[in-house]
Amino acid sequence: MKQTLITLVEDKPGVLNRISSLFRRRNFNIESLVVGHSETSGVSRMTIVANEPEASKRGNIYFNLLKLVNVIAVKDVSKLPCISREFILIKINISPDKLNEVNNIVKQYGARIVDMGTETLIVEATDEESVINNLISVLQPYEITEIVRTGKIAMRKGKTHNVSSNNINSKPDDLSWTPDHITAYQI
Amino acid sequence: MSNKKQRFTGAEIIWECLIREGVEVVFGYPGGTILPTYDALNKYRNKVHHVLSRHEQGATHMADGYARVSGKVGVAMGTSGPGATNMITGMATAMMDSSPIVCITGQVSSSVIGSDAFQEIDITGAAIPVTKHSYLVMDIGELASTIREAFYVAHTGRPGPVLIDIPKDIQNDSIEFIYPEDELILPGYHPPEDVSEDYITKFSTMVNQAEKPVILAGHGVLLSNACSEVMELAEKSSIPITTTLLGIGGVPDSHPLVLGMMGMHGESWANHAIQEADLLIACGMRFDDRVTGNLKTYSPNSKKIHIEIDPSEINKNVKVDLAIHADLGTVLRHVNPQIIKLNRKKWLDIISGWHHDSKRRDILNIKSDKLLGAQVIRKIWEGTKGNALIISDVGQHQMLEAQYYKHEEPRTLLTSGGLGTMGFSLPAAIGASFHEKDKEIWVIVGDGSIQMTMMELGTAMQENTNINIAIINNGYLGMVRQWQQMFYDSRYAETPISSPDFVKLAEAYGMNGYRVDSIEDILPTMEKVQKNSGPSLVEFKVEEHEIVYPMVPAGADLHEMIQRPWNEVNNNGQIQEKEKVK
Ligand SMILES: Cc1ncc(C[n+]2csc(CCOP(=O)(O)OP(=O)(O)O)c2C)c(N)n1
Ligand SMILES: [Mg+2]
Repeated sequence: MKQTLITLVEDKPGVLNRISSLFRRRNFNIESLVVGHSETSGVSRMTIVANEPEASKRGNIYFNLLKLVNVIAVKDVSKLPCISREFILIKINISPDKLNEVNNIVKQYGARIVDMGTETLIVEATDEESVINNLISVLQPYEITEIVRTGKIAMRKGKTHNVSSNNINSKPDDLSWTPDHITAYQI
Repeated sequence: MSNKKQRFTGAEIIWECLIREGVEVVFGYPGGTILPTYDALNKYRNKVHHVLSRHEQGATHMADGYARVSGKVGVAMGTSGPGATNMITGMATAMMDSSPIVCITGQVSSSVIGSDAFQEIDITGAAIPVTKHSYLVMDIGELASTIREAFYVAHTGRPGPVLIDIPKDIQNDSIEFIYPEDELILPGYHPPEDVSEDYITKFSTMVNQAEKPVILAGHGVLLSNACSEVMELAEKSSIPITTTLLGIGGVPDSHPLVLGMMGMHGESWANHAIQEADLLIACGMRFDDRVTGNLKTYSPNSKKIHIEIDPSEINKNVKVDLAIHADLGTVLRHVNPQIIKLNRKKWLDIISGWHHDSKRRDILNIKSDKLLGAQVIRKIWEGTKGNALIISDVGQHQMLEAQYYKHEEPRTLLTSGGLGTMGFSLPAAIGASFHEKDKEIWVIVGDGSIQMTMMELGTAMQENTNINIAIINNGYLGMVRQWQQMFYDSRYAETPISSPDFVKLAEAYGMNGYRVDSIEDILPTMEKVQKNSGPSLVEFKVEEHEIVYPMVPAGADLHEMIQRPWNEVNNNGQIQEKEKVK
């Protein structure tokens, strides 16, 4: 089962190394990790997608992340209403007669053609992972020569919630205990 | 250090900060990139004592031993490159056993970091999996705050090792400096503070309703200084207690409710009690595979309460019914007033019923021509009246120590439990001796293990430490030989090991050396040793083929212990058959 963790970390050298080292060392399966600046200076925000079938291990990932000294807060949003997006660029070798077909597909998916060469074009799309996967499969019959995708970023719907790593003596749900205490940090 | 701004070098700041942290002794070894700091040491000699180890691994174990026995942070220091990599085993040992140490390493100058300069190693990177946290200081302005932070992280929450890597130019550089007194802000680090009332009520209700509860006392009992709280809970509600290897000493072994050690080489009645229990109260322990055996059949009918300061340990191996992420002592101080007095006679009778068979199988009932390891440990217990600080190494002798030396006081047994680091005992004892200045200290070490860190005999002599070293010489890497005997049809691959003449070795170092090969000689030799000042070494020549029973084979069910075969107890015959109880 896929698990999406929003993680706020101190923007310090080596933090990414500590997180990837944790996943490797604990033998947790990491599917994607996206990192960038957050709304607060000095704090980076990561969206980590892990793929661990065992529920206990999923809880363990959460707490091991939380344990890292540079990790400020973690929220497991796997079961919460979120906007989640992935970004993709797809390069296709194409002959002019197929252009219309491809154009239709691209439109249908709300994607865009962002570059057109003599025999190549680049399609750009931003959507949920499943839609991106579908887009790839419908473009598969054409000659895809390159794909680059970012991995998922996620944001909870509704009001911004306070989270902290302070008190985890709250009720475990299926995934893990999610902290419900309040500090200055928000996800 | 005055409160007026003064100019200090980075090296001086290091010592100033260590002194502020209350450090009285540092264990280390100099080298190129830490030279400025050693040079500055000359100014601080009257405040800090430096112990020169013979290997940086030794220095880290010394810091670890000092930390375990004192509850304070131990400090080890070394140079970059090989000095730093030598410290990894010590950091890993401290990590697995939650021991608070700070390791300070020199690093090549910041301008050449990344260029594979002479003796450059990315030790902050290499140390990530074996430390609680690590720092590379790239700005002298951050040096003091980093050292403060490192000490804070090392000893709070679940304690552990912290590394600070300091490039040489930072040590040489100087700044106007006042010691930072402002509050430490670590946005991502919050040791738990208090527990909600809710959990306390649930906890006490579960205890009050249980019929067959067992307390599992781990290292956390010692680390949280919760020994009397655990005993109060046990006595009030008549709950039997079993300890992990590192929990030994947290509760008095002679107490009628204390069942002894659990797990692979634990007491069979303790393991049975766990399997039969209807409530396990896990106090600062982590359900290591060495104590649970097969997880699928582990204590199948019990509800489980887990009080643990490290949330990532909760539900990791064993799913629990009530998890409390907090300091153990704090929790128990809330819980104990709500515990009803019970005598639980029925449950305690059932448990003592299990004693009988196992006690008859005790190796001490064997008439053996050769001295047995178990006999040596029992005699050392007698000869020290159970009052010594024991530092055991890793192997059969370690398990025999756990079984036959009865500890009444906390922090009287130090051993490498989680990592099982051979070579831990001698250096750890040297470190511990700087805190326990008046206690009788015995190292209990195998012939294999001593040869891993034997060079620290030099340190023991140079520092004239008051440690006594008991080498249990069975001519084998005994614990591995035991596995080969039991599970590999006695094919002894590379487990026979030769040793130097230990008495001569002791003499070569200038210390008193003795050899004992009969049970009668043990106490008289100990008396001689006890009269010596400074370190002494006693080699005990023991039976080569002794096996540590009972034993739960790795991955087997906890109640499927292999007991000492009857024929061995009766006739002192060779071990041929494996019997199973239950
Ligand atoms: C550094 C290290 N290497 C290897 C081992 C594996 N090991 C565990 S116990 C043991 C034998 C220990 O021999 P000795 O010190 O003579 O103790 P004995 O079991 O004979 O009492 C070995 C090799 C270990 N624990 N640590
Ligand atoms: Mg041996």
